[in-house]
Amino acid sequence: MGSIVVDVMLKPEILDPQGQAVAGALPRLGFDGFTDVRQGKRFVLTVDGDVTDEHLAAAQEAAEKLLSNPVIEDVVSVHVLEQDSAEQDSAESDAAASEDGEQ
Amino acid sequence: MRVGVVTFPGSLDDRDAARAVRECGGEAVPLWHGDDDLKGVDAVILPGGFSYGDYLRCGAIARFAPVMDALVPAAQGGLPVLGICNGFQVLTESHLLPGALIRNDHRKFNCVDQRLVVENASTAWTSDFEAGQEITIVLKNGEGGFVADEKTLDMLEGEGRVVFRYVPDAEGRNPNGSYRHIAGITNERGNVVGLMPHPEHAVEEGYGPSLDGRGFFTSIIKQTLESAATA
Repeated sequence: MGSIVVDVMLKPEILDPQGQAVAGALPRLGFDGFTDVRQGKRFVLTVDGDVTDEHLAAAQEAAEKLLSNPVIEDVVSVHVLEQDSAEQDSAESDAAASEDGEQ
Repeated sequence: MRVGVVTFPGSLDDRDAARAVRECGGEAVPLWHGDDDLKGVDAVILPGGFSYGDYLRCGAIARFAPVMDALVPAAQGGLPVLGICNGFQVLTESHLLPGALIRNDHRKFNCVDQRLVVENASTAWTSDFEAGQEITIVLKNGEGGFVADEKTLDMLEGEGRVVFRYVPDAEGRNPNGSYRHIAGITNERGNVVGLMPHPEHAVEEGYGPSLDGRGFFTSIIKQTLESAATA
């Protein structure tokens, strides 16, 4: 059983009131160093067996058709979720690094 | 004159919309989200509420309901469709109307009597108004901020497709952060109209801030009768 992660973010030019609410709450907890917060959505799509290229392509299509609204949101990443939880952490930081590269 | 009113799971104002149709002399026909059957109606209203709990994005899941498989091509073919509040969100998610609705910029839920200017009185749903007329109807939403890119906004304004604009307050603000104070828009053909405020809550003496909502329903009833007469 494999899983695919789809990350969706509001486009940079679209106002993010939820992110602003979070940004407003952080200083009240003593977190003063964050100048902005943007809130996005993560979907985890699970399939039978290992994730194939077909699964990834279908996930990409689903991401564009249903999981995001292209008028206001970007699909920033579609990638395989590593099964092992230790690997998951490193895979996600890798993914975060590669996302920067993709943009 | 038969006006269909769609009920999705979580629709809230379907009965009020049906009542408004009847109050204004039409026959209201209930349509069910799970049936891809428009029952031969002359026009359709997508009502307000919280279809599918507003999960994912407002209107995003309703857009793929079986009734929409019938409604989208019918609307593209000229069937008059009015989307109110959540119905407007469904119309943008369906790409029958451009742009999108996002959370109010001030992050609070609105429930106010709202002044609007009717900018386009030639759509299927606004012909009983006059361009420039000011009306007051109810506005109640948490995610009513109309957004679109500059090119789309220019196109909507250039083609006269901004149907309603909020009258801004003394500080120049509108109630939900909508770009260019846009409260409602139409498609190229003028048969599909979406707006955040609720005309169905302003059709009866003693309920709501005015009777200004009646114009939406009398417009469509007259237009459908006229097109039946010339058919």
